[in-house]
Amino acid sequence: MTEPTNPQPKGQDFERVLGGSDTRVASFAETKRTPVQQIQHILHSNPTLVPVIVLALSLFVFGLIAGGRFFSAFNLSLIMQQVSIIGILAAAQSMIIITAGIDLSVAAIMVLMSVIMGKLSIDLGVPTPIGILIGMIGGIGAGMMNGWFITKVKLPPFITTLGTWSIFFALNLYLSGAQSIRSQDIDEFAPLLKFFGHSFDVAGARITYGSVLMVLVFIVLWYMLNKTAWGRHVYAVGDDKEAADLAGIRSDRVLISVYALAGLVCAIAGWASIGRVGSISPQSFYEGNLQSITAVVIGGISLFGGRGSIMGALFGALIVGVFQSGLRMAGVDVLWQVFAIGWLIIIAVAIDQWIRKVSA
Amino acid sequence: MTQPILKATNLVKRYGRVTALDHCDFELYPGEILAVIGDNGAGKSTLIKALSGAVTPDEGTIELEGKKVSFGTPLEARDAGIETVYQTLALSPALSIVDNMFVGREIRKKGFMGSALKMLDYPAMEEFAREKLSELGLMTIQNINQAVETLSGGQRQGVAVARAAAFGSKVIILDEPTAALGVKESRKVLELIQDVKSRGIPIILISHNMPHVFELADRIHVHRLGKRLCVIDPKTHSMSDAVALMTGAKEPEAA
Ligand SMILES: Nc1ncnc2c1ncn2[C@@H]1O[C@H](COP(=O)(O)OP(=O)(O)OP(=O)(O)O)[C@@H](O)[C@H]1O
Ligand SMILES: [Mg+2]
Repeated sequence: MTEPTNPQPKGQDFERVLGGSDTRVASFAETKRTPVQQIQHILHSNPTLVPVIVLALSLFVFGLIAGGRFFSAFNLSLIMQQVSIIGILAAAQSMIIITAGIDLSVAAIMVLMSVIMGKLSIDLGVPTPIGILIGMIGGIGAGMMNGWFITKVKLPPFITTLGTWSIFFALNLYLSGAQSIRSQDIDEFAPLLKFFGHSFDVAGARITYGSVLMVLVFIVLWYMLNKTAWGRHVYAVGDDKEAADLAGIRSDRVLISVYALAGLVCAIAGWASIGRVGSISPQSFYEGNLQSITAVVIGGISLFGGRGSIMGALFGALIVGVFQSGLRMAGVDVLWQVFAIGWLIIIAVAIDQWIRKVSA
Repeated sequence: MTQPILKATNLVKRYGRVTALDHCDFELYPGEILAVIGDNGAGKSTLIKALSGAVTPDEGTIELEGKKVSFGTPLEARDAGIETVYQTLALSPALSIVDNMFVGREIRKKGFMGSALKMLDYPAMEEFAREKLSELGLMTIQNINQAVETLSGGQRQGVAVARAAAFGSKVIILDEPTAALGVKESRKVLELIQDVKSRGIPIILISHNMPHVFELADRIHVHRLGKRLCVIDPKTHSMSDAVALMTGAKEPEAA
């Protein structure tokens, strides 16, 4: 072997030629990409583009089929109202899916908290704002319970939330005695609970505070996820938890905070749902969990975690609303609405898989 | 003799039936480059993971600057000034280069936007990241905001090394930092290592590349079967001595 006491400090023999090496910077041969690859790349860096295009197309197509009635400001604002509750749930679900988790208990938390707010404010005579506050805290607690089982007991999110879904649903039946709280009672004793059902009119559109709330929830969460360190950590944990841990993220804390925040958002949806439905029914929104997942998936958020923008879920919820409204106006049977949504889900996941294949 | 800046005594780490660290000792002295060499599976990565808080040893003690420490997480080690490039790089593929470089120590905007709304200061982070990557000759990267998964293996390694070099203050640990790099890029990393050393920061370098090890190292820790077999001086030993020792073809001279 060569003696290592070589006084030449500047590298190995074969590296001498490096001095004359090319200093140009690699520029990616942009022109060599086929149009399809270019589309793939664009979608990869802008994951919300697909749902935006689908939303625009479906508005256009249903506008053609159902005519001016569909495009009226009134109908469009009605779609907003109809998707507002599932939309807020989808916002909570998005955060969790970005962490590569899933929450089957979102709707159960929502209904349970609406029952708690109603019971406290109406039957027990607690001042309504305090009843609402307790509902919000309950939402955070329910979410933290999910997060605790997932991070500390290391149960898979699917199993944990399948379990808590049943638990929260049973608690909800117990607390409510399986009875609805009537609309008149809410109006008489706790009108504040119906706040988000009120509306204002602008240019022929009837906009409920619930619709505004949905948009606000999305904007706030989008900001948190994209403009703060916490949000970047949420993505990092969803992307590769081990790497995130090694890179200095306390991923368990991040996960618990995500589930807790999702629980709070569900409780907010619970409050808004009272205004939307008019009464408090322990049996309502039984399919809310799956509908929220549908909106998230159609919104282009990857079920594998770490990818997609929460705004996609807003568009996903709106796409579902537009399909339902458009098909109804076109006189299509409800079963075909369900059929169409099923295809949307499958196509959305297929597109996600294809986008994820992009590589340098 | 000076006191070691980082010292481990009797480290044991078992994974089920596998003993990855078997009563291993370790010393790193101020200002030096210590190479750690050994066969695949000898336990080198486990050793540095124990030093960087990524694994908790079953037994043994670790001292930083003479004070006993026990890092529960990599974050604690990092806060103590120990920066590590793991063999797996520990990058988040879907996040951008900037996000990855600053993960866990993001810069916030000044004033209300930063303190109340916690808004990140991307322009500041981008400028810093660009500067650090240029130092490494890694500006073959077009866009500092592109996702790490769209980079080549070597470029990713460059990002991980740049991150450690930029933030390490007491000790920098590099687990095979040139494994995926081309000749030119490896040279840049080696220059960076010497540059870090000239700033007075000691470095632990794990590598299978003997010419690199012999070129840079002040001392060589030979790791075999989960423990330190011996420490050799690259000026008095040849590469074949080192290979013979780490593979068990030769026993260390009785010291
Ligand atoms: N997380 C783990 N679970 C179980 N066994 C492990 C784990 N990590 C390491 N080991 C085992 O510990 C031993 C030492 O592994 P380690 O990664 O430290 O080796 P190494 O010296 O870094 O090897 P290489 O040169 O290939 O990187 C190996 O036998 C390995 O199989
Ligand atoms: Mg290793």
